[in-house]
Amino acid sequence: MNNWIIMPAVLPAFTAAFLLLTLRHRPQAQRIVSIVATALGLLVAIGLAVEASDGVPQAYRLGDWPAPFGIVLVLDLLSATMLVLTGVLSLCVVLYAAAGWDRRGQHFHTLLQFQLLGINGAFLTGDVFNLFVFFEVMLIASYGLMLHGGGPARLKAGFHYVAINLIASALFLIGVGLIYAVTGTLNMADLAMKVPEVAPADQGLLKAGALLLFLVFATKAALVPLHWWLPATYAATSAPAAAMFMIMTKVGAYAILRVYGLVFGAEAGALALVAAPFVLPAAVVTLLLGTVGVVGSRSLRGLSAFAIVASMGTLLIALGLFDETGVSAALYYIVHSSLAGAALFLLAGLVLEGRGAVGDRLLPAPAMRGEILVGGLFLLCAVAMVGLPPLSGFLGKVMILEAVRSSAGWPWIWALILGASLALTLGFVRAGAVLFWASGPPGVGPRRRLAPLPITAIVLLLALTGAWTGAAGPAMDWMDATARQSLDRAGYVEAVLGPTNTRSAGLGE
Amino acid sequence: MEMLVASAIGLMTATGLFLILQGRSFPVIVGLTFLSYAVNAFLFAMGRLTINLPPIITPDAAYTDPLPQALVLTAIVISFGMTALIVVLGLRGFLETGSDRTDLSLAEAAKEPAAAPDSDPAGTPAGEATRA
Repeated sequence: MNNWIIMPAVLPAFTAAFLLLTLRHRPQAQRIVSIVATALGLLVAIGLAVEASDGVPQAYRLGDWPAPFGIVLVLDLLSATMLVLTGVLSLCVVLYAAAGWDRRGQHFHTLLQFQLLGINGAFLTGDVFNLFVFFEVMLIASYGLMLHGGGPARLKAGFHYVAINLIASALFLIGVGLIYAVTGTLNMADLAMKVPEVAPADQGLLKAGALLLFLVFATKAALVPLHWWLPATYAATSAPAAAMFMIMTKVGAYAILRVYGLVFGAEAGALALVAAPFVLPAAVVTLLLGTVGVVGSRSLRGLSAFAIVASMGTLLIALGLFDETGVSAALYYIVHSSLAGAALFLLAGLVLEGRGAVGDRLLPAPAMRGEILVGGLFLLCAVAMVGLPPLSGFLGKVMILEAVRSSAGWPWIWALILGASLALTLGFVRAGAVLFWASGPPGVGPRRRLAPLPITAIVLLLALTGAWTGAAGPAMDWMDATARQSLDRAGYVEAVLGPTNTRSAGLGE
Repeated sequence: MEMLVASAIGLMTATGLFLILQGRSFPVIVGLTFLSYAVNAFLFAMGRLTINLPPIITPDAAYTDPLPQALVLTAIVISFGMTALIVVLGLRGFLETGSDRTDLSLAEAAKEPAAAPDSDPAGTPAGEATRA
């Protein structure tokens, strides 16, 4: 058994405890430890990705309890990919925050590490209840991060955010309870085996449970009509927290793929692809609403938040196909939209700081310091988010357009995605013109100098978006393999429960 | 017994939902508490309702399912912590804004007052001391 599989969860957990207990009053040391630990986390994730690249999922049994009874972590291409993405994103966020953001409140780095624990755990776990626990760890830390820095607007939005997630957690538990009541197991591999064999009388109950879980994941993934929390939360929180939250919507998308591609996947008998009829239509409306939001936003952070809603719509359109090309395109786009979205939010933070009293509202103001640099970075962010060449949003959208051709209504979806891209371009052009072109002469009084670390973080994220285009060939091969593996029920079950011939003997003990 | 437990859970859920839909933070918090009670009782009942049976598998005797009990324990701990957090959050929100209304407009959320902590100069240690 490969013990490194648990490292992505253990490392942030110990780092967080260490930061809290020993370095509580030493912010500089906290920063260094946090940056080093996050970089180590990225290295571990890359190591695990290399490990997973042979295409065979590996199970890690906690306490070596046999699989359906104990808790398992499963490393496969999908979880490894998401771990690397989390590592990259968190490193950029920590670098950005180390320039001073982390001192606006207490325990920024501790909370961030706890959130990494939850996110990494959610990507690795092979057990539905464990998924709930890691979701909660991630959310509890995110409540703290969301409120980091305080302020009335943030508190109000934070109350909403916490309340909505508590309701979602309640739904999660009801769904888990129903699934357990019918199947008697919560291990994903075991569930995948048992769901097709459920008696017809119980199928309704199981379907109710499965769809309740879908509601929860859809809330996390900001799928219409459960997206309302996202713009308010992301627009009210601080830039590093919003950038880190970028991966949280992707956790929702990941959970949809894992549970509805594997457990309730194509081979699940009467409950095959139980969520599929809802994902595609909802994703289409999500894209539409996100686009309208971008065009109508009155602040840069609001605009960024709606751009995220639109990008979630785009990627869920592809994911909702639940076939190999669709999932592969969605995964390529997940990486792109996480990087580009994080860069956009970090940049919005700089704009907010640099423009004094006007903040990030889309109103003309005296020019901010380093306007040309920030404006240039904004242009790149906008190009990435809208999906114009040469950054990876373009290729991602092309792949998604290609993938939806297998769906019946593809001309409509093409028209919508392309039309939305045009409207998004307009929205970003409007924001950029007001923020950077309509600015007056520099105002009197001291203006904040741009710190090098935040710029480095943003440039790094945008460079990675560019590199993601350059490496599109190998990346596509990797994502194809990932998609194939994530929809392969037999391989996953064999990795967790052991080969078929020995399985019955093991269970009979 | 099933009927009684089911209607009790249903009543608690309905109460919780009604309170959550109110426009002030206190009823919302109480509603969330009701909802988590209902969910805990529901989870508990998922292992089937039995009376006076041990949670240990014995070959010849009936037993009660121990797993939902473990799940409920986890759920109780999490919902307890979350309730404490949202109480503090509601209180902080009331003290800072002078109102416990929970509605919020996007324009308000996006509008950062000039005195907001985000416009503190970077790295001032004072920021750390004043904000918990």
